[in-house]
Amino acid sequence: MSETTSSQTSQRKRFPYKIQIEPRLKEAPKWYPFALSLGAILLSLLIVAGVISLVGGNPWKTYQHIAKASFGSLGVFSDTMVKAIPLMLIGLACSLAFRMRLWNIGAEGQFYLGAFGASAVVLTPLLPETAPKWVYILYMAIAGMALGAIWGFIPGFLKAKFNVNEIISTLMMNYIAVAWNNYFIYAIWTEGGFQMSKMFPKVAWLPRLTDFASKFKPLAGLTTHLGLVFAVLAAVVIWLILYRSRWGYEIRLIGDNPRAAEYAGISIKRNVVWVMMLSGALAGLAGMSEITGVVHRLQGAISPGYGFTGIIVAWLAKLNPFAVILVAILFGALILAGREIQPSGIPKMVQGIILVSLIASDFFMRYKISIVRRAEEE
Amino acid sequence: MDLLIVLQAGVASGTVLLFATIGEIFSERSGVLNLGVEGMMLIGAMAAFSTALKTGNPWLGVLVAMLAGGLVSQIHAFISITLQADQVVSGLSVSFLGTGLSLVLGEGLSKAGTVSLLPNFSIPLLSQIPLIGKIFFTNQSIMVYIGYLFFPLCWYFITRTRPGMHLRAVGEFPSAADALGINVYRTRYGYVFVGGMLAGLAGATISLAISPGWFSELTTAGQGWIAVGLVIFAQWDPLRAATGSYIFGALRRLVLDIQGPTMLLGARNPFYYNPYYGFFLQMIPYAFTIIVLILGSREAMRKRIGAPAALGLPYIRGQRGL
Repeated sequence: MSETTSSQTSQRKRFPYKIQIEPRLKEAPKWYPFALSLGAILLSLLIVAGVISLVGGNPWKTYQHIAKASFGSLGVFSDTMVKAIPLMLIGLACSLAFRMRLWNIGAEGQFYLGAFGASAVVLTPLLPETAPKWVYILYMAIAGMALGAIWGFIPGFLKAKFNVNEIISTLMMNYIAVAWNNYFIYAIWTEGGFQMSKMFPKVAWLPRLTDFASKFKPLAGLTTHLGLVFAVLAAVVIWLILYRSRWGYEIRLIGDNPRAAEYAGISIKRNVVWVMMLSGALAGLAGMSEITGVVHRLQGAISPGYGFTGIIVAWLAKLNPFAVILVAILFGALILAGREIQPSGIPKMVQGIILVSLIASDFFMRYKISIVRRAEEE
Repeated sequence: MDLLIVLQAGVASGTVLLFATIGEIFSERSGVLNLGVEGMMLIGAMAAFSTALKTGNPWLGVLVAMLAGGLVSQIHAFISITLQADQVVSGLSVSFLGTGLSLVLGEGLSKAGTVSLLPNFSIPLLSQIPLIGKIFFTNQSIMVYIGYLFFPLCWYFITRTRPGMHLRAVGEFPSAADALGINVYRTRYGYVFVGGMLAGLAGATISLAISPGWFSELTTAGQGWIAVGLVIFAQWDPLRAATGSYIFGALRRLVLDIQGPTMLLGARNPFYYNPYYGFFLQMIPYAFTIIVLILGSREAMRKRIGAPAALGLPYIRGQRGL
């Protein structure tokens, strides 16, 4: 009886292939995540092209423009690096926190506070103008990192002590940080009623490549600054912490399995506070390097959303500190070129679409999708 | 500064939060944390405003806004329910996407001129009640009145009806719900859609009623995130959500209006004489959100109530666990 029904169904004309989805049992090959990320980016570029042509633009020209305006010459590549430096530091800040599954969405606010801390050293002023440059840089870096760390400490402490959701609290701290800076820009450090502080003295500027043009001609006009060294050093330090230290082991264990970590006697609460502080300090350093390396004064709108782009950078880099450096350059290019693209929301939309397809692509890490012949399974 | 006017305007501004918060409650009750509220609200505000501009019909704008919010929410639903990705990151990405998309599609809308807005009116009889009538029932937008009817209905739906019980079962114990014959996936998709529609409605309420116009990201100014925070404070209960939303709305108004008068509580008003203190006032709603979260989680710890048990966890049929 049952045989006849099965033979009847197989006689019916059906498409001979079907898609089969099954959980991946073995670990995917090493190149696989990279291929997936690349695929996700290509897919997003296609989607964005669709949207651009939908609103009446020419996607090919837009992409050409982005490539030319960010990698076209040494000069613009240097500008790309300038945009990438804060993204590198914030991407590292996010990678560290996300590795523990601690959602620090407040890098934007920590960036603003870092900028504020560095400015306070110059504008209060905490140092005489005759102090040597390296003392200035050291003080400003410490102040920026300390303020960023404080801004990270608050949500970290609230999370550890009262179990306050860190996503919401870090986000709220962003808005508070912007208002805090605005108060000082408008009321305390305003220069002649303008909404900006006075220009920092040269001694408080991070050295740029162009400063060495007198010794080596081709460097003239290149604006890449010392912040790049900070970022690369930070990547090494974060990598060492995460993968070569006991603390990093604790962080990774909490991220993978908090219950196991608890049973192993690891204090999750203490780690939440410390990781938030280090994460905040890195974002604060980003703010410090931006204000002393690029803007040279405290003003509003110092960030085109670095804090949020940094989240995407961290995710695209799969939380790998060295990959963060490379991915940040790509997004630096997007931000640099994005300034001139109309409509002005496109870079933000591109970032959103990239993140969406990136997360969707994670599915293929966990599942194997194959097309099989129907006959094979019978 | 007239306290009555502050409260009256506060109720109106709280209505926006009310819709967004209750939408998120529906989504989270089904077990899906959707952090995309801010993005969906922006999409809704943009869609409502541009539709009203094109067609001259604000109601069509509201409809389109709800559909648009619902559609965007389905991206999150697909990624987090079907593809079982991390809901936090997925929600964040939807928020970024919604923000970016609304900026691109809303390009130029801020200079587009005025549109016909949703009507304002007073309720006869009810507006005669001293104090309460003036605050709640005089010259309010129709969306505010819809809000009054809406939150008790939602509370009744979630706590007292059969589909509401199914909703809670799916969020608390999906495998048991599945065994009872409730389609977990369909339920979750459905309520994420409802959440998206309500976020879209909240956006439309801003751009067509409460503070009309399109001001790109400043249209919502973080209210979507405040709504996500309010859900925790509300302990996933629409009645508490309403209380929280209206208090927040009043606070937002108070912060704006407190700079007006020269005297405050019989003393010189520092916010009038030094307008720069306004920046500290701007911080208050955000700081207050954090305080509310502290209070909410302390109370939750004391009463041992918490989020829906399956919140944030993808349901995989046949797998052990929830």
